[in-house]
Amino acid sequence: MRITCPLCGDRDRREFTYYGAADYLNRPGMGAPAEAWDAYLHLRDNPAGATRDLWYHEMGCAAWLVVNRDTVSHAVLSVRLVTDAQAEGGAA
Amino acid sequence: MGADMRYSGLRVIAEGLRGNRGWKPVWREPEPKSEYDMLIIGGGGHGLSTAYYLAKNHGIRNIAVLEKGYLGGGNIGRNTTIVRANYFLPGNQEFYSHSLKLWEGLEAELNYNVMHSQRGLINLFHSDGQRDAFARRGNAMITQGDDAELLDRDGVRALLPYLDFDNTRFPIYGGLLHRRGGTARHDAVAWGYARGADKRGVDLIQNCEVTGIDISAGRVTGVQTTRGAIRAKKVGIVVAGRSSQVAAMAGLRLPIESHILQAFVTEGLKPVIDHVISFGMGHFYISQSDKGGLVFGGDLDFYASYAARGNLPMVEHVMEAGMTLMPMIGRARVLRSWGGIMDMSPDGSPIIDRTPIEGLYIDCGWNYGGFKAVPASGWCMAHLMATDHPHEVARRFRLDRFASGHLLDEEGTGSQHNLH
Repeated sequence: MRITCPLCGDRDRREFTYYGAADYLNRPGMGAPAEAWDAYLHLRDNPAGATRDLWYHEMGCAAWLVVNRDTVSHAVLSVRLVTDAQAEGGAA
Repeated sequence: MGADMRYSGLRVIAEGLRGNRGWKPVWREPEPKSEYDMLIIGGGGHGLSTAYYLAKNHGIRNIAVLEKGYLGGGNIGRNTTIVRANYFLPGNQEFYSHSLKLWEGLEAELNYNVMHSQRGLINLFHSDGQRDAFARRGNAMITQGDDAELLDRDGVRALLPYLDFDNTRFPIYGGLLHRRGGTARHDAVAWGYARGADKRGVDLIQNCEVTGIDISAGRVTGVQTTRGAIRAKKVGIVVAGRSSQVAAMAGLRLPIESHILQAFVTEGLKPVIDHVISFGMGHFYISQSDKGGLVFGGDLDFYASYAARGNLPMVEHVMEAGMTLMPMIGRARVLRSWGGIMDMSPDGSPIIDRTPIEGLYIDCGWNYGGFKAVPASGWCMAHLMATDHPHEVARRFRLDRFASGHLLDEEGTGSQHNLH
């Protein structure tokens, strides 16, 4: 598996660290109920197919990335910077 | 047991003399009925043992097991077969202790040779701190009623002289020996439970994929399948690896992320590794199958996946760890490898519980430790479905424990999907 970092280009999977589903971008507000925190931290769609998850380019530019990926084929469909995704209104 | 006594040494000899023409199919191939008292979705180890104990312990026989492929074709058909009861936390301890006791009587129970081999499991440690942690774990195991012995460096050397004791990064300080730990024949466990369930009247329905779960007024009423609709008052989801997809049919979102775990088998060799050895610091464990292949694996690939195959960096990492621990295996040739789909829960422990939908139960989240749990998981899931109360040894495997904070974080790494 190779991931195309928007800043560094096509790089080996070993340069990246997986963090988890893109749900982590939807952090509840401080006053959110416990259920919202449970959903944010634990509950997942966990799709077999197209998914969006967060990777950290640890051995490269240290950018946080939103990766669109297929969990069945391991194909990497598209990669964006988390900052770009968030600038466009929201996160997920 | 007498009723199940179909196999014996005498029978093998007699059939051998008659050209093995007397063996009959081991279970029926029934058509699904339109209604059952209970349905089990998933014909793997856990689903089959659930059906078996529902029939045997609770006398509930109007049951069907619905399997989308063939019986035992998932993770029970491919795993590294380790059976142990070396858990530390209350909640896990008593469950795995119960499971190991069931394993110890399983062959007589099922009249099926599951080749349970209590060859001893050794967890290596490499520092003073780790020795303390392992001594504490061993004491917890003994308190629970299981066995544990703390070996020093010479004690490990006497059992495993072929390890590299001079490694500078991870010098071997000793090991925790669990003599009742070992391995078993994975397929035989599924087949033994399947035969026992079938014999008690359970319909084992293969090539029958569940495509929908029918719910009316908050209560389950049956399922839709590729072989028609089937009504039932109670439905158990026992499909680790695909739990999120099946639960989604009932509108549930689970605390599960599916990850890939790779394992490897070498060509057959003469007996060389007598125990199960785990080298936690290097992410490596190994045993030798009765056919002679070295069976070994490591850690997750660490990204969500349903591909049933891993990537090469983890292959390399596992091989390096193996060579670090026991350079003698460097000339063995790897025959095959595979990736299993693991139901990873945030705290690394399983779930056996009711769901918010009346009559719908779930058994999932087995992480990378589901094989040894097969007997007790079925035992406890059957108890839950029959009585609507959790079994005593599985009462902490709650679906809502992440929301409530009653975690079972055996590794002590935190309750987060990317940590286990």
